[in-house]
Amino acid sequence: MKVLVPVKRVIDYNVKVRVKADGSGVDLANVKMSMNPFDEIAVEEAIRLREAGKVEEVIAVSIGVKQAQETLRTALAMGADRAILVVASDDVHTDIEPLSVAKILKAIVDAEQPGLVICGKQAIDNDMNATGQMLAALMGWSQATFASEVGIDGDHATVTREVDGGLQTIKVKLPTVVTVDLRLNEPRYASLPNIMKAKKKPLDEKTPADYGIDVTPRLTILKTAEPPVRKAGIKVGSVDELVSKLKEAGAV
Amino acid sequence: MAVLLIADVTEGQLATDAVAKTLSAVASLGDVHVLVAGQGGDAAAAEAATLTGVAKVLFAGDHGFCHTLAEPVSDLIVSLSADYTHIVAPGTSDAKNVLPRVAALLDVMMISEVIGVVDADTFERPIYAGNAIQTVKSGDDIKVLTIRTAGFDAAGTGNTAPVEQVGTAATTGLSDWVQDQVAASDRPDLTSAGIVVSGGRGIGSEADFAMIETLADKLGAAVGASRAAVDSGYAPNDWQVGQTGKVVAPDLYIAVGISGAIQHLAGMKDSKIIVAINKDEEAPIFQVADYGLVGDLFQIVPDLTAKL
Ligand SMILES: Cc1cc2nc3c(=O)[nH]c(=O)nc-3n(C[C@H](O)[C@H](O)[C@H](O)COP(=O)(O)OP(=O)(O)OC[C@H]3O[C@@H](n4cnc5c(N)ncnc54)[C@H](O)[C@@H]3O)c2cc1C
Ligand SMILES: Nc1ncnc2c1ncn2[C@@H]1O[C@H](COP(=O)(O)O)[C@@H](O)[C@H]1O
Repeated sequence: MKVLVPVKRVIDYNVKVRVKADGSGVDLANVKMSMNPFDEIAVEEAIRLREAGKVEEVIAVSIGVKQAQETLRTALAMGADRAILVVASDDVHTDIEPLSVAKILKAIVDAEQPGLVICGKQAIDNDMNATGQMLAALMGWSQATFASEVGIDGDHATVTREVDGGLQTIKVKLPTVVTVDLRLNEPRYASLPNIMKAKKKPLDEKTPADYGIDVTPRLTILKTAEPPVRKAGIKVGSVDELVSKLKEAGAV
Repeated sequence: MAVLLIADVTEGQLATDAVAKTLSAVASLGDVHVLVAGQGGDAAAAEAATLTGVAKVLFAGDHGFCHTLAEPVSDLIVSLSADYTHIVAPGTSDAKNVLPRVAALLDVMMISEVIGVVDADTFERPIYAGNAIQTVKSGDDIKVLTIRTAGFDAAGTGNTAPVEQVGTAATTGLSDWVQDQVAASDRPDLTSAGIVVSGGRGIGSEADFAMIETLADKLGAAVGASRAAVDSGYAPNDWQVGQTGKVVAPDLYIAVGISGAIQHLAGMKDSKIIVAINKDEEAPIFQVADYGLVGDLFQIVPDLTAKL
């Protein structure tokens, strides 16, 4: 069985974004970009499944600008076997919508016939939390979102999910789409020899047109604004002072 | 045309606060029909019918809709969709699971975590962990939205909307529920509590996290946690507040031993009053705190608990 892992190139999670003064978007020029943290967890899970003999091949896919090559090389250095880059834009500020991403992924799934797709739960730039579920819908497959434990057993997967009330376990039929949550695993770092080896692994380059997919957005972004700022507070000197301030404010 | 609001129902219990806040968020969009799905949801359907602003409740009491499995519930929603301009739900884990699937089946774009409804096509939503607010206009025929309920007031009660039975589930054979691991608690629900006390990595152990719970119980508060506290095993996953956990906006949020990473702030910075207790006076949490107290939490928290 093959596993497909979609990985997105996003602003590094340590960088605080700045909204552009003209309200046209956030400034992504010259900021550090990395693999979406949830996708590192997805890649790690796929590699562990291969190491456990449950899958044969791990294919990483990224859709976006040409520089997403670097993200794919990171996935290859972690241990993915090969990669597919779909160059869908030449401007880092253009985000390809989850619906379009899901359609491109569907075309790749149709061509590659993986038994499992492992996505991140959410991209930390658009915070949509949608792509995996959309792909499952387009394929007519089952889905197991927000996974904190994944077991593959014959033609089923048993997945423990992080939900509002705690944890839920479901059993889904393969092929399936799993989206991963933070507690699933601790992703490995790529070693230097593996980074060198990754440079030689196959990386195919495609465009949405190769799959006949139109990536025109459905949502028009009218404005991007700074959130309201909180007015500066004060430091209190003691527990007594804190208690009296809270009482004054009617908070307790 | 009308709005279809997907109610959050767990084990037959309506998430009343979340549904009532979603009702106010979408009130300007037209008549609202509320869908309650799952066997044994009769009481939840009856309760939904009492909420102000509900024109009709649709009750799908088929066993196949229990546990809100994504595949049958999405098919149900799609089968009802022709009558609606908007399909909305509070942004709970169930809705985040189901609604994007519905959107793709309808070939429309998902609009997640809406914090403002500008008009029937235009919505505001946070991106980049709330560091920017985007206004988007949808060109799709049906809009599928989840609502971030924290910023909306709950609709009232006293209504008597009619309840209509709908839909039976076709067996998809795609997924089965196995079990829930849900800790019963007498504390208020994290996302609707008036006061939240959260602990971070600074607490240092699961045993010491009890200190946070004692303070919370003294205040009648819900308990929250940072990701680091959850990852370290001090607190369960469903207590995580933040960009990728729960978003809360209580009247009072007390952060103890939490540094204030942007991912954590994303989940609590709209709280009315924020208190931070941290031994590091440079901790970023103090930049959003109304009242900051620099010092050792192991001294401060018991003292505070005693004095409140
Ligand atoms: C993809 C992604 C998603 C994430 N999502 C979330 C999320 O949803 N929610 C979230 O919270 N985080 C999230 N994070 C993690 C986030 O980046 C931080 O790592 C995390 O919030 C830190 O938790 P913390 O403040 O408890 O720990 P730390 O940053 O380690 O802070 C501990 C604090 O405790 C203080 N302290 C220690 N001892 C004492 C003492 N005795 N008395 C007083 N103070 C003391 C220290 O001064 C320090 O400020 C996410 C990260 C990633 C990459
Ligand atoms: N442009 C993209 N390229 C590759 N994978 C993506 C892309 N966009 C989204 N994904 C995948 O879908 C997950 C959820 O993203 P989103 O729905 O945008 O929050 C991510 O964690 C990735 O696994």
